Amino acid sequence: MSKSIAGPEIERLIQLLAKVPGLGPRSARRAALYLIKKKEQLFEPLTAAMAEAVEKVRVCSVCGNVDTIDPCTICIDPRRDAATLIVVEDVADLWALERAAAMNVRYHVLGGTLSPLDGIGPDDLNISGLVSRVAEGGISEIILAVNATVEGQTTAHYITDQMGDMGVKVTRLAHGVPVGGELDYLDEGTLAAALKSRTAFD
Amino acid sequence: MEWRDDGMILGCRRHGETSTILEVMTAAHGRHLGLVRGGRSRRMQPLLQPGNRVELVWRARLDEHLGLFQVEPLELHAARLMASAAAVHGIQLLAAHLRLLPERDPHPALYETMCVVTRHLDEPGIAGSLMARFELAVLEELGFGLDLSRCALTGEREGLAFVSPKTGRAVTREAGQPWADKLLPLPEFLGSRSRAEGDAGGLAEAFGLTGYFLHRNVYEPRGIEAPDSRAGFLSALARALAKGENAA
Repeated sequence: MSKSIAGPEIERLIQLLAKVPGLGPRSARRAALYLIKKKEQLFEPLTAAMAEAVEKVRVCSVCGNVDTIDPCTICIDPRRDAATLIVVEDVADLWALERAAAMNVRYHVLGGTLSPLDGIGPDDLNISGLVSRVAEGGISEIILAVNATVEGQTTAHYITDQMGDMGVKVTRLAHGVPVGGELDYLDEGTLAAALKSRTAFD
Repeated sequence: MEWRDDGMILGCRRHGETSTILEVMTAAHGRHLGLVRGGRSRRMQPLLQPGNRVELVWRARLDEHLGLFQVEPLELHAARLMASAAAVHGIQLLAAHLRLLPERDPHPALYETMCVVTRHLDEPGIAGSLMARFELAVLEELGFGLDLSRCALTGEREGLAFVSPKTGRAVTREAGQPWADKLLPLPEFLGSRSRAEGDAGGLAEAFGLTGYFLHRNVYEPRGIEAPDSRAGFLSALARALAKGENAA
């Protein structure tokens, strides 16, 4: 049995930090030690911020985003185009698209993809919420920004079926060469998809 | 322990932050799982998609261990298949059928059939017929194969039109006529010597036939439902065929 080098409170802090993505037991120990050393400048404000976030964070009842208000900041923003909806798998994807700032529209978070291997079916995703939003009217285009994986595309095709006769245009993100990508290192499938979706060079 | 084999990827599951547990159907080692270190990297993710055929090296200290896979690409079908609804549902359906088989139990004939089906999954006319034949092959491998080679009553090899729901044996139209309402229709393209493709009606009969025996012999005894991907594949296939007919 390994010897404990700190009190149970610190050990528990290290154990919990080690569960954060990107941190292992060793880096959690370093982070804990850093927080303890910077108690007033960082540790206390961090715990206060975390406690406040725990109390206030909620899932948006309209789109599935996380925010401290419900409906979320994006859903109540009147400057966003309400006629276009971007469908994403996860909140992380929503944040990535917001960072890109390419479109000023609203979102819908599915909460995952259809995955038989993990036992995730249509009822486990926020697809019924999407259908209800579209049925309410006012949406003319749905952009399926799901991952370019077989599971992501299965979900995209499933959603397209659900939207069958609802009178909305369903589009998806293009598949192709990433910026900075070298053709030699791309897989054949991506290259074929990029060639198929080639555009005129003006 | 170490072996090298060809395999078709059926699925992968995240493991930790950087690795994946890969599920493959191999030519000589059956359905097999293994860990791929760095499987979630940008380089590996396009490769580890269902439908891609890869060369695998599996290593483990003991045979019963999960083991580590080293993966090299052979035929990358996934990106092509993603554009077709029938194809993405089809690849999930192939995987669902193969998950009915025990792990690490070799089924080389089924692997070969799967490779052929995967190559044509985005061609609706061919995909339906091949998938129906694949379902017959799955029933065969599970020990519930149908005898569609000759008539159970007359021994004739031509004019087979029905299948007995009790025995799974084919019957000719003339011999089966008195019991036609109780027999399952056998589409012409599934006949023993036929290499033809089925039309929409024939495919519906074929999947009705395989669906009946899969339900009775496999799903019901195991207390499971038919996979969602089967309904997804059939509806996507019907839409694609209808679109093709309209275009023609």
